[in-house]
Amino acid sequence: MPVSVEPTTVEQGHDQSAGANAHTDAGARPPVEQAAATALRPHAENAFAAELTALAAQDDRPRPARWKLSPWAVATYLLGGTLPDGTVITPKYVGPRRIVEVAVTTLATDRALLLLGVPGTAKTWVSEHLAAAVSGDSTLLVQGTAGTPEEAIRYGWNYARLLAHGPSRDALVPSPVMRAMAEGMTARVEELTRIPADVQDTLITILSEKTLPIPELGEEVQAVRGFNLIATANDRDRGVNDLSSALRRRFNTVVLPLPESADAEVDIVSRRVDQIGRSLDLPAVPDGIAEIRRVVTVFRELRDGVTADGRTKLKSPSGTLSTAEAISVVTNGLALAAHFGDGVLRPGDVAAGILGAVVRDPAADRVIWQEYLEAVVRERDGWKDFYRACREVSA
Amino acid sequence: MGAEQQRDGGPLLLGVRHHGPGSARAVRAALEAARPSVVLIEGPPEADALIPLAADEAMRPPVALLAHAVDEPGRSAFWPLAEFSPEWVAIRWSLEQGVPARFIDLPATHTLAWGREDGAAGGPPHGPGAVEGEAPGGPAAAGFAAGSPAGTGAAASPKRADAARSGDGTGAVPAGGSSGAGGSREAGGAARVAAPPTAGAAPPAAGLTADARAGVGASRVSDGSSGPSDPSGPSDPPGPPGPSSLSDPPGSPDGVGPAGDDAVRIDPLAVLAEAAGYDDPERWWEDVVEHRGTGEADPFGPFEVLEEAMAALRETYGVGGHTRDLVREAHMRLQVRAAQREFGAGVAVVCGAWHVPALREKRAVAADRALVRGLAKVKTDMTWVPWTYRRLSRVSGYGAGIESPGWYGHLFSVPDRPVERWMTKVAGLLREEDRIVSSAHVIEAVRLAETLAVVRGRPLAGLGETTDAVRAVMCEGSDVPLGLVHERLVVGEVLGEVPETAPAVPLQRDLDRLQRRLRLRPEVQERELELDLRKDTDAARSRLLHRLRLLGVDWGEPVASRGSTGTFRETWRLRWEPELAVRVAEAGVWGTTVPSAATAKVETDAVAARALADVTALAEHCLLAELPDALPVVMRVLADRAALDADVGHLAQALPALVRSLRYGDVRGTDTQALTEVAAGLAERIFVGLPPACAALDAEAAEEMRRHVDAVHGAVGLLGEARNDSVQGESGQRPVIRLRWYSVLRVLCARDVVPGVVRGRAVRLLLDDGELAHEEAARLMGLVLSPGTAPGDAAAWIEGFVGGGSGGGLLLVHDERLLGLVDAWLTGVPADAFTDVLPLLRRTFSAYEPGVRRTLGELVRRGPGARGGASGVVARVPGFAPELDDERADAVLPVLRLLLGLDDNDLVNDPVGVAG
Repeated sequence: MPVSVEPTTVEQGHDQSAGANAHTDAGARPPVEQAAATALRPHAENAFAAELTALAAQDDRPRPARWKLSPWAVATYLLGGTLPDGTVITPKYVGPRRIVEVAVTTLATDRALLLLGVPGTAKTWVSEHLAAAVSGDSTLLVQGTAGTPEEAIRYGWNYARLLAHGPSRDALVPSPVMRAMAEGMTARVEELTRIPADVQDTLITILSEKTLPIPELGEEVQAVRGFNLIATANDRDRGVNDLSSALRRRFNTVVLPLPESADAEVDIVSRRVDQIGRSLDLPAVPDGIAEIRRVVTVFRELRDGVTADGRTKLKSPSGTLSTAEAISVVTNGLALAAHFGDGVLRPGDVAAGILGAVVRDPAADRVIWQEYLEAVVRERDGWKDFYRACREVSA
Repeated sequence: MGAEQQRDGGPLLLGVRHHGPGSARAVRAALEAARPSVVLIEGPPEADALIPLAADEAMRPPVALLAHAVDEPGRSAFWPLAEFSPEWVAIRWSLEQGVPARFIDLPATHTLAWGREDGAAGGPPHGPGAVEGEAPGGPAAAGFAAGSPAGTGAAASPKRADAARSGDGTGAVPAGGSSGAGGSREAGGAARVAAPPTAGAAPPAAGLTADARAGVGASRVSDGSSGPSDPSGPSDPPGPPGPSSLSDPPGSPDGVGPAGDDAVRIDPLAVLAEAAGYDDPERWWEDVVEHRGTGEADPFGPFEVLEEAMAALRETYGVGGHTRDLVREAHMRLQVRAAQREFGAGVAVVCGAWHVPALREKRAVAADRALVRGLAKVKTDMTWVPWTYRRLSRVSGYGAGIESPGWYGHLFSVPDRPVERWMTKVAGLLREEDRIVSSAHVIEAVRLAETLAVVRGRPLAGLGETTDAVRAVMCEGSDVPLGLVHERLVVGEVLGEVPETAPAVPLQRDLDRLQRRLRLRPEVQERELELDLRKDTDAARSRLLHRLRLLGVDWGEPVASRGSTGTFRETWRLRWEPELAVRVAEAGVWGTTVPSAATAKVETDAVAARALADVTALAEHCLLAELPDALPVVMRVLADRAALDADVGHLAQALPALVRSLRYGDVRGTDTQALTEVAAGLAERIFVGLPPACAALDAEAAEEMRRHVDAVHGAVGLLGEARNDSVQGESGQRPVIRLRWYSVLRVLCARDVVPGVVRGRAVRLLLDDGELAHEEAARLMGLVLSPGTAPGDAAAWIEGFVGGGSGGGLLLVHDERLLGLVDAWLTGVPADAFTDVLPLLRRTFSAYEPGVRRTLGELVRRGPGARGGASGVVARVPGFAPELDDERADAVLPVLRLLLGLDDNDLVNDPVGVAG
């Protein structure tokens, strides 16, 4: 796999919170044709407008109602390729082809799509690009938080108007989902599992009946063909509200995998760490690649429950040990090394961070960590200093 | 062509892919249409006599034809047949119609001999012959011939099977050419093959999906026009065949030498798939062949197209490296000719598509005769054996195979709507496993699968699409339930059956041979057998009995040895019940010789075992039965289980058995290095997990934990001797592992949350091993017996420290300071607490020998004033002098040395260490 591409996807995925908030704002107002070029982070449909246009021009396959592209073209847009006229489509998602095909097909069969995965697997990124390619608009977005109210999914009221003129469609403030239904577009819900369970369930009627009643007006909004919904959720974080089985049934689920190889992950981590370090104005630390590799190895081994050589099984701790966490461990280590150490990333700088990431449950995880230390780390060539550093912080 | 040829007297050649449901269906249709008067099938002619058994009520596929050398059962080859195998369909059809069926491949007597030659040659060189042998396995083959004629001996066979397996995998299917061929008919055969690549190349420009689609589209179009002349047309239909599997029968025997040969051989299927723009040959084959219905219009069409494609391939590649095929094909041609003489025109041949062009060729009879003349022979026997879907699947690797026998079986057996029916099956399975799957799920899964197929440009949703759909819709994206679907449905758990009238399996012969050699007659009368494992014959007998026990043939039962307790003695009670013969027959599925069958059985059992202790027991049996080949698998499973088992109790139970096995291993001279490593790893996990596991236990659990601590302590002692890494400590050379254990014990004695009985035990173990000074032990005891500690806890500590039959009483007799502490504490226990601690104390002290109890009583009666110093030497016990008489004491030393097997230094310097 072209390793160089992968980081982009993940990095973009990481920007999700910041980017997503911006989307919400945009969603409340009519999308302004502001200069995409000056935006800190342009929407997918703007950033890749040329590719989308080229694809649409070449695309002679049947398109489902109100889709801007055919399913094949959408898959090509995400996976990359070269069009007959020579236009190069950059890959947006580097990973198993199967994932993208299933996701696109799900949308084409008019089923809602749920993208699951640990942080850093490009869920948001994939969802944004899917919406951009399918509907040409990725801004119909609901950002899920513990405080997301029902209005964010159904509709709210403009109270000034409501008081002045009484209930009417004019006084109604539609949610992104409602607008998507009315216009036959793709709506997105980010972090679905963070939304309180009762609010989540609002989606059930929308997804099964494809209609949104407005009892106050005695009306309803019926979904137009082409409407669909992409939700993203984190399946291993804590503090989430599991989906009710009624809601879950209405989604096809696609799990986005973690980076396939250690090399790819090391690459992602080191690039990202480099960027963060620069933006935080951390002093440059020379060549921490060995330590980064070590952190990634530890994370991958514990996450997968098996050592890198495939010989020894391990217990997996309760933490998610995502790529995102590996990045933060290394960034912390760099800060430690730069400010309190000798400027070189050493095992001692990352040991405490790793311990914190691994041991989330003080009882069970600690045993798992110690087993790992004794059974794997201690025996490994060249890891003596790391073992010692870990013993120190674990004691 | 085929039909015409038949009309003009040529044989009807039906080229197939082994284990292809599409091929099977096409074969049946073609036979129905042509109604030949004899059916010739690629397979060993020795099995002709066994064909009628296929019609037996009790015969249920999957089954396999098994050929084995009579005097060497380990040399064998299998021809597995499932209900969806074209060969099976042909056999059944001929039996139903009363038409004779015959096998026409080279007799197994020669193919097995090939394996022997190769084995003898040892590997590398081989002339063409060797290359050939492999070939079959390789490309073509996948299906049919899974030969495993092991090379030299039984022991070698597993490995060889492996080799064969890898070769086979690719197998198969040449047939497909047709789709590619469609485009370019103007060219001759060779040109045709060449053409598809171009066609394929063009589409790529259009994007991947477009590509695949273009290929398919073309073939679809051609469908309509299926005249014989139009190659493309036929291809679509049911295409038959990939020869690959077919081509290779037994030849594959392993023999092989390898790697070099591989490079030469081609995989016809892969070539054709590539031409059609597919990267996965299997998928391409499925698309153009297996997933199509039978061509209604022309049952022979698919075979013609396939033949053409194969012919083109063979023109280009010759035998493609499968040189032994030449001999086999010569033999087949001779047989076909003989059949034509006997039956006239109505001859139908079912064989791997790869061979079809060769059979069609006109060759001089004399030349063919010359090829098959003078081939080496080995005396062989054939029989039917039950087979399983699991073994048909590539993963289990009996030679060539298919990945999804369950899916193929489904495709073959359903009347219509395969995807809908498959999803319903999956839903049924998931429901049985208590997952909620509604009809709505099934509907959505079918829609998703079908749309995916369209997006991917496949004619019908295949296994890949259905699996993706099941994962996304029914399994919520998780691979865990999907694993179940794969195991139970995609591979399937179907077990074949063979009628009782089938000839005896080779395992029985191997057993007879061993019984003769070891002079161990099967007798119904019960008798006892004493074995001295230091003697070769006895050791071999013991191995045989242990292996049979592993196979479920309980001929001998181990009983406790009388008289001697040495590990080199074994006593067996032997009794041969007649039904054991049935057991042997059942065990025949595992292998053809006792060791190979036992190895296969143990490996399977290990993977299926649920509890850690079961796996340890298996490891022990492996050593007893000397199955070194099974050991790596068992060890891996053991290590995995141990790594994932969170219960220290289980680990602690497993460790002693494992360490015990190490000692058996020593007696029998097995290499136990791997075992030692696993045991050490297990011990390591116990060390880490033990302290946290000792927190917050009730009295009963604490007692159990104390037993675990004892067991681990004993095991660590033995294990320490088995491992060579030691460090130089203050008190001499000691194994690292023991030092680590001591540090764990120290942690245990210092932690207040650890129950008293475990803490006391830990202190005692350290004290006994000289790791804790008497003063320190006394301090810890004083600590726990001080007024701040609850009396119940203190009593438990005492029980742990001096309780049980561990000689704790003598310790108190000899160290009066400790006795004084206990005494002082006991007299200080408040009256209301006394009744609570009484049962514990009673349990502790009542276990002592009467003599010890009396001495203790006397010491206590004498009271604290009479106590001696801290030296631990008892002063004034009645009948003893106040001081040691050194001279008389020294006289005992030589005897002690002799008993303990120590040199002088040990005894003088480290008496306590000896005790541990």
